[in-house]
Amino acid sequence: MGGYEPLYHALYELSSAAVIEEITKSGLRGRGGGGYPTGLKWATVAKMPGKQKYVICNADEGDPGAFMDRSVLESDPHRVLEGMAIAGYAIGANHGFIYVRAEYPLAIQRLTKAIQQAKKYGLLGSQIFESGFDFKIDIRIGAGAFVCGEETALIHSIEGGRGNPRPRPPYPAEVGLWGCPTLINNVETYANITPIIRKGAEWYSSIGTAGSKGTKVFALTGKVQHTGLVEVPMGTTLRQIVEEMGGGVAEGRVKAVQTGGPSGGCIPAVFFDTPVDYESLQQLGTMMGSGGMIVMDDATSMVEIAQFYMDFCRGESCGKCVPCRAGTVQLHEMLTKIVNHQATETDIEQMEALCQMVKEMSLCGLGQSAPNPVLSTLRYFKEEYLARLRPEVETFATAKD
Amino acid sequence: MPALSPQAPPDRLTQHPSSPQDSATCDRHYKTLDTTLKRNHYQPDALIEVLHKAQESFGYLEDEVLLYIARQLKQPLSRVYGVASFYHLFSLKPSGIHNCVVCLGTACYVKGARQILDRLELELAIKVGETTSDGQISLLSARCLGACGLAPAAVFDGEVGGKLTAEDALARLQALTIND
Ligand SMILES: Cc1cc2nc3c(=O)[nH]c(=O)nc-3n(C[C@H](O)[C@H](O)[C@H](O)COP(=O)(O)O)c2cc1C
Ligand code: SF4
Ligand code: FES
Repeated sequence: MGGYEPLYHALYELSSAAVIEEITKSGLRGRGGGGYPTGLKWATVAKMPGKQKYVICNADEGDPGAFMDRSVLESDPHRVLEGMAIAGYAIGANHGFIYVRAEYPLAIQRLTKAIQQAKKYGLLGSQIFESGFDFKIDIRIGAGAFVCGEETALIHSIEGGRGNPRPRPPYPAEVGLWGCPTLINNVETYANITPIIRKGAEWYSSIGTAGSKGTKVFALTGKVQHTGLVEVPMGTTLRQIVEEMGGGVAEGRVKAVQTGGPSGGCIPAVFFDTPVDYESLQQLGTMMGSGGMIVMDDATSMVEIAQFYMDFCRGESCGKCVPCRAGTVQLHEMLTKIVNHQATETDIEQMEALCQMVKEMSLCGLGQSAPNPVLSTLRYFKEEYLARLRPEVETFATAKD
Repeated sequence: MPALSPQAPPDRLTQHPSSPQDSATCDRHYKTLDTTLKRNHYQPDALIEVLHKAQESFGYLEDEVLLYIARQLKQPLSRVYGVASFYHLFSLKPSGIHNCVVCLGTACYVKGARQILDRLELELAIKVGETTSDGQISLLSARCLGACGLAPAAVFDGEVGGKLTAEDALARLQALTIND
C-alpha cells in the first residue's frame, strides 16, 4: 500500500514548510486528548532556533479502557515510524523517541522489529532515500505511571528520571527533551500523517465536521454487546457508535457512555444524538480524550464510577503539588462516605467546592481534570448521589415529595 | 560533562552484595546487568531501562542492586531509589513464584473485576499487592492491560485470561501451583 512513499514524496518534492502547510490545511488535531492543532504545533517547533530538536511519539496510552494506540503499534508500526520521520523532516529534527508503556510487550517487540527493518532498507538512519535527511528512532519503555502520559512528565521519564510534570510554559516546543525544542504527538496523530501527505489536505479535510477533521478510532467497551475498535468520521453520533456498531447492551438499557477516561465525563443516553467532535463533547462536560468509550447500563452506579476514577487519580497523582495530592485523597474519602450512605447534602456541597479548587489549582492536567468524572456525574445523575445520602435525610426527602 | 568512562573496571567483585540467592546465579544476574549498563554507555538517562533489566534478572530490586546501579551510573543512591520507587512496575520487595495481575481498568471494573479481586483476596487470605505466606502467589492489580474487549481480564504468569468469572480465576490460580 505504498509504504514510505509519502516520506519519499515529502523529502524530494516538498519543502519542510510545505509539509507543515499541508498538515495545517488538513485541519488535523492532536489525538492524544487535547485536540491541539497539529500543524500549528509543528510550525511552532520548526520556528524555534537551535540545531538539536527532537520528535517524540507518546505511546503511553494510560487511559484505562482504551487500546487504539496499541492496535496501531501492533498492526502497522511502520505507519507511525513514517509519520515521525515526516515530522522530523518538517521541524528539522534528526532524532525521535517512542515512549511505549511497558504493559504492551507485543507492541514493543513489533516496533523494535519495524525499526530494524526500516534501518535495513535505508528508510531510517542516515541519508534516507539517499537524500540529505537523517533520522533515527529509539524506543523508551515506561514503567507503569499514568502521569507519564503528560508531556513534561514523559520528557523527564525519557531522561531517566521520576515522571513529575513541571509547569508550562515553557512548552516542550520551546524547552523539551534535554532542554531542546521538542515535538510531542500521540500515536494516532502520527498515523494520520502519511494519508494526508499521500492524498492531500483537501481530501483529508473533506472528512469530518467544521472543527474536527478526519476520522477517529474509539475503543468501545463495557456493557456493550460488540466490544472492540471502531473508526468513524468525526461527527458520527454517539447513537450510531453505541447502538448500531456496538449493538447496545444485551439486557436492559444503555444508561451512559464515559469518554475521556479519568479526565473526562459521562454522557447520559438522552444526548446520544450529539455528533462526536472535540467541541460538542466539551460542551457536554466531557472530552474526546484519547478514544476510550465505556458503555454503562442501569446496573452501573454512577457514584461508584466517580469513586472509581477518584481512586485512580489518587493512586496516580505524582504528589508534586498539594491540591492534587491531598485533594484527590479528600475527594475519594468524601465519595466513599457517600457510597456508604454516611454523607449529608452538605458533604455534597463541600465536595463540589473542593472539586473546583482542585481543578483550578493543580499543576498539571492530571489534577486539573481529576474532578471531571465527579462533576459530570453530579451534573447528570445527581439523584443517584441523593439516593445514597444518610438514611434520615432520605426519609426527609421522600416525605417532602 | 566529564567523560563517563565506560571502561572503568567494574568494582562489583570487591563490593559484591550478599544475596539470598546462591552466588552463581547471582553472578549471572550481575553479568546481565553489566551488559545492559555497557550497552547504554553507563549513561544516567538509561536508569529506567537498567532497572527494568535488573528486575527481570533478580525478580525484584533489592537495596544492594540499587546501590550497585547507583555506583555504576555514578548517580546518588537517592536518585536511583527515587526513580525505582516512583514507578508502579518496579518492586522493592520479593514477589511470589507465581503472579496474578487482575485488571482494574474501567472496562474491567464495569464488568465486575473488583468482585473477582475481592474473592481472590478472600480465598488467598492476602490483600492486593501482597504475597501468600508460602511465597507461592503474588496478587497484583493493573490499570488496564489493553485487552478491554476481553473484560474482565487478568494475567496469570504472563498469560492473559479474558471474560473471567471469580471461579475461572480461582481455577487458573490452582492450575499454576499444581503444574510445579
Ligand atoms: C495526566 C495526563 C495523561 C496523559 N496521557 C496521555 C497518553 O497516554 N497518550 C497521549 O497521547 N497523550 C496523553 N496526554 C496528553 C499529552 O500530554 C499530550 O497533550 C499529547 O501527547 C500531545 O499529542 P497530540 O497533540 O498528538 O494529541 C496526557 C495528558 C495528561 C495531563
Ligand atoms: S496535578 Fe497531580 S499529577 Fe500533576 S503535578 Fe500536581 S500532584 Fe503531580
Ligand atoms: S480495562 Fe481491563 S484490560 Fe483495559
